[in-house]
Amino acid sequence: MNSRTSTIFKLAVMAGVLAFPAFGSDFYAEMVAKVLILAIFAMSLDLLVGFTGLVSFGHAAYFGIAAYAVALMTPKYDPANLWLALPASILAAAAAAFVIGLFVLRTKGIYFIMVTLAFAQMAYYVFHDTPLGGGSDGIYLNFKPDATIAGWVPFDLNEPHHLYYFVVAAMLAVYGLLKLVLRSPFGRVLVGIRSNEHRMLSLGYATFRYKLAAFTLAGGLAGFAGFLYAVLFGFVTPEYLSWHKSGDVLLMVILGGMGNLAGAIAGAAALVGLQEIFTGMTKHWQLLMGLTIVAAVLFMPGGMAATPARIMARINGGKTNE
Amino acid sequence: MSEVLLAAEGMTRRFGGLLANRDVNIQLERGVLHALLGPNGAGKSTCINMLSGDLPPSEGTIRYKGEDITALTSYQRSKIGIGRSYQRTNIFPKFTVLENCRLAAQSRKPRPWSLLTNALRMPEAVERARAAIAEAGLSGREDRVAGTMSHGEQRQLEIAMVLATDAEVLLLDEPLAGMGSEESAQMVTLLNRLKATRAILLVEHDMDAVFAVADRITVMVNGQVLESGSPEQIRNSPDVQAAYLGHEAEHE
Repeated sequence: MNSRTSTIFKLAVMAGVLAFPAFGSDFYAEMVAKVLILAIFAMSLDLLVGFTGLVSFGHAAYFGIAAYAVALMTPKYDPANLWLALPASILAAAAAAFVIGLFVLRTKGIYFIMVTLAFAQMAYYVFHDTPLGGGSDGIYLNFKPDATIAGWVPFDLNEPHHLYYFVVAAMLAVYGLLKLVLRSPFGRVLVGIRSNEHRMLSLGYATFRYKLAAFTLAGGLAGFAGFLYAVLFGFVTPEYLSWHKSGDVLLMVILGGMGNLAGAIAGAAALVGLQEIFTGMTKHWQLLMGLTIVAAVLFMPGGMAATPARIMARINGGKTNE
Repeated sequence: MSEVLLAAEGMTRRFGGLLANRDVNIQLERGVLHALLGPNGAGKSTCINMLSGDLPPSEGTIRYKGEDITALTSYQRSKIGIGRSYQRTNIFPKFTVLENCRLAAQSRKPRPWSLLTNALRMPEAVERARAAIAEAGLSGREDRVAGTMSHGEQRQLEIAMVLATDAEVLLLDEPLAGMGSEESAQMVTLLNRLKATRAILLVEHDMDAVFAVADRITVMVNGQVLESGSPEQIRNSPDVQAAYLGHEAEHE
């Protein structure tokens, strides 16, 4: 797919997303919002896995920490202030990522995967069945954060449509931010680290600091996703930090195509869509899911992002043969 | 006397019980191409790795422009002007030639916080990269994907990347390895040009090339410096002939 058709395709999808609440039912609008939030989550992980070469298997920790942050900041009978709760939740996740990053980034390869998982499990048990985490059931968010600024109400997150467009705007903002980051000198260094960290060191880059900055940013953005997820569904559970969740988001990135932001979004949509279809078909939906993922990895190397180019190559290849 | 840029004194490295480098003294001066010769296992790689900061010495001192830099890591040494190339080609294979060098040049003014800058259009870095590409003889190859080029061109790129960092000391680990004779000749011309303004350490196996470009030669055997001097001195040294040049001396 050349860049022009790709842009047109992205704009068409965007138009569909924007128009969706006018046509689709609230149930499906909530599902699209869920996809968009998980797309933020997947893009934040792709910054590490796809662009920096850091396969984190504990990314749900930051998602869950921010979700719990907003739940714990919300009083029982009142809404929290959005403009305080949102940055505070993101900062909590980013701070956790910074501290954990100081340790895990000293390891490489399989050890990095192991220690990111280990730290995420530790975070999980901070909230699992503890008074802080509201027991094993988690915490209900009885009120969605309030967006009032000095008496003026720009939007109300209790309105499903307002919440939907808030999520859309958040997804676009994160996409735009990551595009900027990847285009910037900082982003080019990350891609250089993925390609050849040793050479980056000998060229004069303090790669550890760059990786720590990327890890912190990715944690903060995962936190943004976790915040939105908690607000959308109105409750948080320890499962948000579980290693299943870390695995799911890794699958989204791999299905979509590592190192491609649009691919991460597509991967999130695919995973949520497949889950929806398969759970409707059978109780043993995870079996189907597993088979689909195996098939996708076997037959779609490079993920969904690489598929249009492969199809085009197949078509063009066919033409020259004739 | 020319200006000494990099000097190692009593540099020693142990790997367990093995003495890979023992009490090595070596000086690199501006305008001088210093070749490091020795059979396999003589400790040449260990020596260059300690000079570049890839490997910490067990003992000894390394000075750059008079300052003790023994404790600096490889990226810190790169920042102050010590660049190195690698024996096994160590480039970014999926990037273009220009991007390989641009990334190298960007390290001089990294500006990691300027998120609104399009890195590919950083004027200074691009300019420096293009100059380095031209200097290394790769003009016209800027947009080639590095991994698809010939081995010789990749070796040239390896040098171009070091040049793009504006290094004053070049530590070159077998830049001629695996090159054809024509490519080799080009590289020798390049090395002659480069040494005018820089200090160069050349680790090399190719004897003809070494004697063609070196101003000074240090021969290592078994982790120790056997002899150090002018090419003439080395050629005529009985110790060196016995240890290393044996066959070639007979032919001549």
